Amino acid sequence: MKKYIDDFVVVENRRLNHEYVILTLQLDRELPEILPGQFAEVKVENGPDTFLRRPISIHDADYDKMQIKLMVQEIGEGTRIMGGLQKGDSLNLVYPLGSSFSEPDTDDVLLVGGGCGVAPLLYLGRRLKQKGITPKFLLGAGNRNGLVAIEEYEKVGEVNVTTEDGSAGTKGYVIHHPLMKTDKPAYGHVYTCGPEPMMKVVARFAQKHNIKCEVSLENKMACGIGACLCCVTDTQDGRVCTCTDGPVFDSTYLKWQI
Amino acid sequence: MADLTIDLRNGLKLKNPVMTASGTFGYGEEYEDFFDISQLGGIIVKGTTGSRREGNPYPRMTETPKGMLNAVGLQNKGVDHFVKEIYPRIKDYATNILVNVSGSTVDEYEDVARKINELENIPGIELNISCPNVKEGGMAFGTSCPSAVAVINAVRKVYDKHIMVKLSPNVTNVAEIAHAVEGEGADSVSLINTLLGMAIDAETRKPLLSTITGGLSGPAVKPVALRMVWQVSQVVKIPVVGLGGIMNADDAIEFMLAGASAIQIGTANFIDPLVSVKVIKGIEDYCERHDVKAVRELTGAMITE
Ligand SMILES: Cc1cc2nc3c(=O)[nH]c(=O)nc-3n(C[C@H](O)[C@H](O)[C@H](O)COP(=O)(O)OP(=O)(O)OC[C@H]3O[C@@H](n4cnc5c(N)ncnc54)[C@H](O)[C@@H]3O)c2cc1C
Ligand SMILES: Cc1cc2nc3c(=O)[nH]c(=O)nc-3n(C[C@H](O)[C@H](O)[C@H](O)COP(=O)(O)O)c2cc1C
Ligand code: FES
Repeated sequence: MKKYIDDFVVVENRRLNHEYVILTLQLDRELPEILPGQFAEVKVENGPDTFLRRPISIHDADYDKMQIKLMVQEIGEGTRIMGGLQKGDSLNLVYPLGSSFSEPDTDDVLLVGGGCGVAPLLYLGRRLKQKGITPKFLLGAGNRNGLVAIEEYEKVGEVNVTTEDGSAGTKGYVIHHPLMKTDKPAYGHVYTCGPEPMMKVVARFAQKHNIKCEVSLENKMACGIGACLCCVTDTQDGRVCTCTDGPVFDSTYLKWQI
Repeated sequence: MADLTIDLRNGLKLKNPVMTASGTFGYGEEYEDFFDISQLGGIIVKGTTGSRREGNPYPRMTETPKGMLNAVGLQNKGVDHFVKEIYPRIKDYATNILVNVSGSTVDEYEDVARKINELENIPGIELNISCPNVKEGGMAFGTSCPSAVAVINAVRKVYDKHIMVKLSPNVTNVAEIAHAVEGEGADSVSLINTLLGMAIDAETRKPLLSTITGGLSGPAVKPVALRMVWQVSQVVKIPVVGLGGIMNADDAIEFMLAGASAIQIGTANFIDPLVSVKVIKGIEDYCERHDVKAVRELTGAMITE
C-alpha cells in the first residue's frame, strides 16, 4: 500500500477523561485507503525532549468528511503534547502503515480491547458492520472511568465490558467475562489489542478452542516503515518488523510462550 | 545554479553531496512512496554480512535527548540473498547504491566484498569496521590500527571499485585510524558511526536495550561528529564523508566546512522521510545566497582567523 506524508488539521479534540482524548483530523483532499489495524507515525512538535515520531493507531476514518480519528492515551511527553492540541493546530502524519486485521470467514467475531488497545477496534468494528457482520466487543479497564467512548462502540456492535474494581460490567479482567469463560465460544475469530499479558490470555483461550486469533503489537518504533529494523518481534520466520509485517499478527505466528 | 556534483574518485561520482546512511534508509524502496530517490547523491544500504543474521533481541531502540540509541546488530539476510533478491530490485535506481559491508572475521569481509564486486551497478562499498552492536568483529576492527589495516588490506585485494571505510568514533585518536586506513588503499572515509551509549529506566531499574549498551545517533552526536570530521580531514588526502546528527541543510554545510566532501543523513530520515531532498534544496539555496559556484568549494572552507 502506498504510504503518504500529510499535514492534517485538528478539527476537534474531545477529552474523554483525565488521560484519554480523541483527535479528529481533517485532510484537505480525499483520504487514501486505510485498513483497520493500520497506524500512523505522528510528528510531535515543540517537545523539549521528544524526538522520534509516535506510532498511533487509526481509531476511525470517514471518507466522506476526509477525516480520521486518533485515540490517544497520555502516558508521556509525546502523547501529552498530542492530548493538548487545539482546534486549528496542524499535525504531520506518515500513514497508513503496517498490516491490517484480516476479513473473517465467519459472521461471529469477538473484538477484545484493553487500555489504548481499544483504539483500532472501533474502525475494525465499523468495517465489519459495513460488511453485514455485527461484532461483539469485549472491552476492559481498571474502573468505569477508564472505559472510554463506549457509545461509539455501541453504534457498531454489541458491547461487553469488564472492570478490575467491578464499577461497570463484569468484575475482573477480560478473561473473567462469560464470553471467555465458556467451553463453547459462540464466535469463530478473535481480534485483540491491548496490554501484552491480556493479549496472551486471549490468544491462549483462542488457541485452546481452535479459534483464529489476531493480535496487534505495540513495539517501540523509530521509523515505522521498515527501514531501521528496531521494532522486531520473534516469529516462526525469525525476527520480523512489527511496523511492516505487523502490527497485526496471527497469534500462532508469534513465538509467544502462552 | 551552483554545480552540486562531487567526485569522490575511483568511479564514485555524486550528482550532489547528499547520501543516506546505512541502516536508516533500508534499501531505498521503503522511501519510494515519498519522493523520487534518484534525486539523491547516493544510498548506502543496510549492513550486509556473509550469512544471515537475526540481530539482537527486542528491545533494540530507545529515544534519548535529541537522539536515539539502537542495538539492531546487523540484522540482514546475508550477501547471497542481497545478490539474488535485492540487487535485481534496486539496481536500476538512477543514483549510487553502495553496500555497507560488515563481518566478524577478515574472511567474512573479504567474502562479502568479492561477491559485491561482481555487481555491475554497485559503484562502491562502505566497509563498516565500526558497528558497536555486535559481539564479534564490527567495531573491534575499527578501534585499532592493525585490525583496521588487516580488513582493508584483504578487501582491497578482491575489490577494485570504490572503498569507503566507515570509522568508529569510539576511539582515542580517530585521525590515526583514518591515516592507517588511507595507507591501505581506501578511496574515502566516512564518519561517524554511532557513539557507544546506554540508558536505564530508573523505575524498573532495567536497561532499556536488550544488549544494555547501544549506538547513539541523532543531533546529540553532531558536535562530536563535526570535530572528528575536522580532525580526520586535516590528516588524510582522500575524501571525507561526514555524518552524525545532520537534520537540515545548515548541519550538512557545517560538515562540509569542517572538511567533508559529501555527507550522509541517518536518523533524521525517521523523523522526516523527505529530509534528504530538503537538504539538497537547502544546499542549493545556500550556494545561491553565498555566491558559491560549485559546492565542492565548501569542503574545508571554515574560516578560522
Ligand atoms: C502500532 C502501534 C499503535 C499504537 N496505537 C496507539 C493508540 O492508538 N493510542 C495510544 O495512545 N497509543 C498507541 N500506541 C502507543 C504509543 O505509541 C506510545 O504510548 C507513545 O509512543 C508514547 O510516547 P510518549 O512520548 O507519550 O511517551 P514516552 O515518554 O516515549 O514513554 C512513556 C512510557 O511509555 C513507554 N512506551 C513508549 N512507547 C511505547 C510503545 N510504542 N509501546 C509501549 N510502551 C511504550 C515508555 O517505555 C515509557 O515507559 C501505539 C503503539 C504502536 C506501536
Ligand atoms: C537504526 C540504525 C541502524 C544502523 N545500522 C547501521 C549499519 O548497518 N551499518 C552502519 O555502518 N551504520 C549503521 N548505523 C549508523 C548510521 O549509519 C550513522 O552512522 C549514525 O546513525 C550517525 O548518523 P545520524 O546521526 O545521522 O543517524 C545505524 C544507525 C541507526 C540509527
Ligand atoms: S520501526 Fe523502523 S523498522 Fe519498524
